[in-house]
Amino acid sequence: MNFKFGLFFGLTVIFAGQALADKPVEAPGGKFAKEAEQMFRTSFRADNPKYWMTRLEQDETMKTCLQFRDNPPRKVGEKLEKLNAATIRYPVDGKLIGDWKEGEKLAAVGTGGHIGFIQPDPAGRVRGGNCYACHELAKKEIAYGTIGPSLREFGKIRGKDEDTIKYVYDKIYNSNAFTACTNMPRFGLHSWLTPEQITHIVAFLIDPESPVNKD
Amino acid sequence: MNRRLIKTLVGAAIFAAFAGGVSAQDSKVADELAKYREALADGNPADLLEVKGEGLWSEKRGPKNASLEQCDLGQGPGKLEGAYAALPKYFKDTNKVMDVESRLVHCMVTLQGFTQAEVTKQWFSRPGKESDIEALVTFIGAKSNGMKINVPATHPEEAKMAKMGEYIFYRRSGPQDFSCSICHGQEGKRIRLQDLGNLTTKDGAGTAMKTWPSYRVSQGAVWTMQRRLIDCMRQARWPEPNYLADSIVALETFLQKNATGTVMETPGIKR
Repeated sequence: MNFKFGLFFGLTVIFAGQALADKPVEAPGGKFAKEAEQMFRTSFRADNPKYWMTRLEQDETMKTCLQFRDNPPRKVGEKLEKLNAATIRYPVDGKLIGDWKEGEKLAAVGTGGHIGFIQPDPAGRVRGGNCYACHELAKKEIAYGTIGPSLREFGKIRGKDEDTIKYVYDKIYNSNAFTACTNMPRFGLHSWLTPEQITHIVAFLIDPESPVNKD
Repeated sequence: MNRRLIKTLVGAAIFAAFAGGVSAQDSKVADELAKYREALADGNPADLLEVKGEGLWSEKRGPKNASLEQCDLGQGPGKLEGAYAALPKYFKDTNKVMDVESRLVHCMVTLQGFTQAEVTKQWFSRPGKESDIEALVTFIGAKSNGMKINVPATHPEEAKMAKMGEYIFYRRSGPQDFSCSICHGQEGKRIRLQDLGNLTTKDGAGTAMKTWPSYRVSQGAVWTMQRRLIDCMRQARWPEPNYLADSIVALETFLQKNATGTVMETPGIKR
């Protein structure tokens, strides 16, 4: 009797615990989310150029990721992934692997795209992929970040077949086509990098001659 | 100073222990970084600004020829001890949640008779152009050195501000899909060689918040929390929110609430 009761009680606790774990996390801002959005959007000088202000707009992916703290339920994530996959565009000549030397330069550049009245980038400042901010790549560059996985010897490990090349291109163009709400920017979608620039970074990752794949 | 040195050494040892597992080259970098940090901790230029701020606090200035000594930063008129550590806070007289900077500006306007535009014109320094606000905030901050950050956000208006700050923390937008959270929402990560704290935890938020205002070696100036957060927005490639904007106060409330209980070490010194 005691044993049965104990078992029942134990299972109840386990199920209750699971139910709690499944309960969706409250969206950031809770019941003040709308008001917070309003507050944020009215925090800026009226003389900001329109083009700058468009950077505060959120597409469906951004809105959904915010709502789920970047951890959407799988069904929602799949929907976003489809949506993002449909945005990918390719270079006119169809060649997805470019020059690793150009890719190496782009991977190191973290400047460009800063706006504002205090410390904007000068006009024409080179924009790069800033890959090293988050990833380990070539062995000789030790100042790499760890927000993303190490991509050291990526081509050596993953090979250079067509599918891999296309995967890498697609991932850089729109990372959310594979993992909704990933930390990685969508470089192609936002035209941060051109399709040609993306092919160079693909080469930097995959080309056997690239320092990414050398000891 | 000794405590700082010990902390730097302990930090270096931990850093080296982690890096040691990776490669010898990495640990060499870690050693160099530790040496750099140690050198930084020895004599902080912010100390000079603190002295300047003390002078500005008690000096009679402005159209009303008054000092700031009757300014109420939340602990009562003229009470500075622990005031910084307990801000942002709800103030009845303005019916607003205010941070140290918005409250200080409020005092300069109401007590000294300056206009808000006058006092905020030089809200941060540029080479050759000093900022009174930077000096005053450094002085006020130092009066909380060694005290625990105390922003439980129990007043409904404070709780609401913290929630709105949380919203902004997770809000993604811009050409890099950034939010505060993507870099500051997880444990043990780096951007390039810079360690990133998880600002949603007491430890991470505490480490981030306890040393402000801080002398930034790379900028050659003391930065206030408003300056720091507005620059985060710039780095995210967004437009800059206005100085003293409610959304910045909301983020500060969210961060100070998370950091509550952490002992202040201010003024700080950073990269």
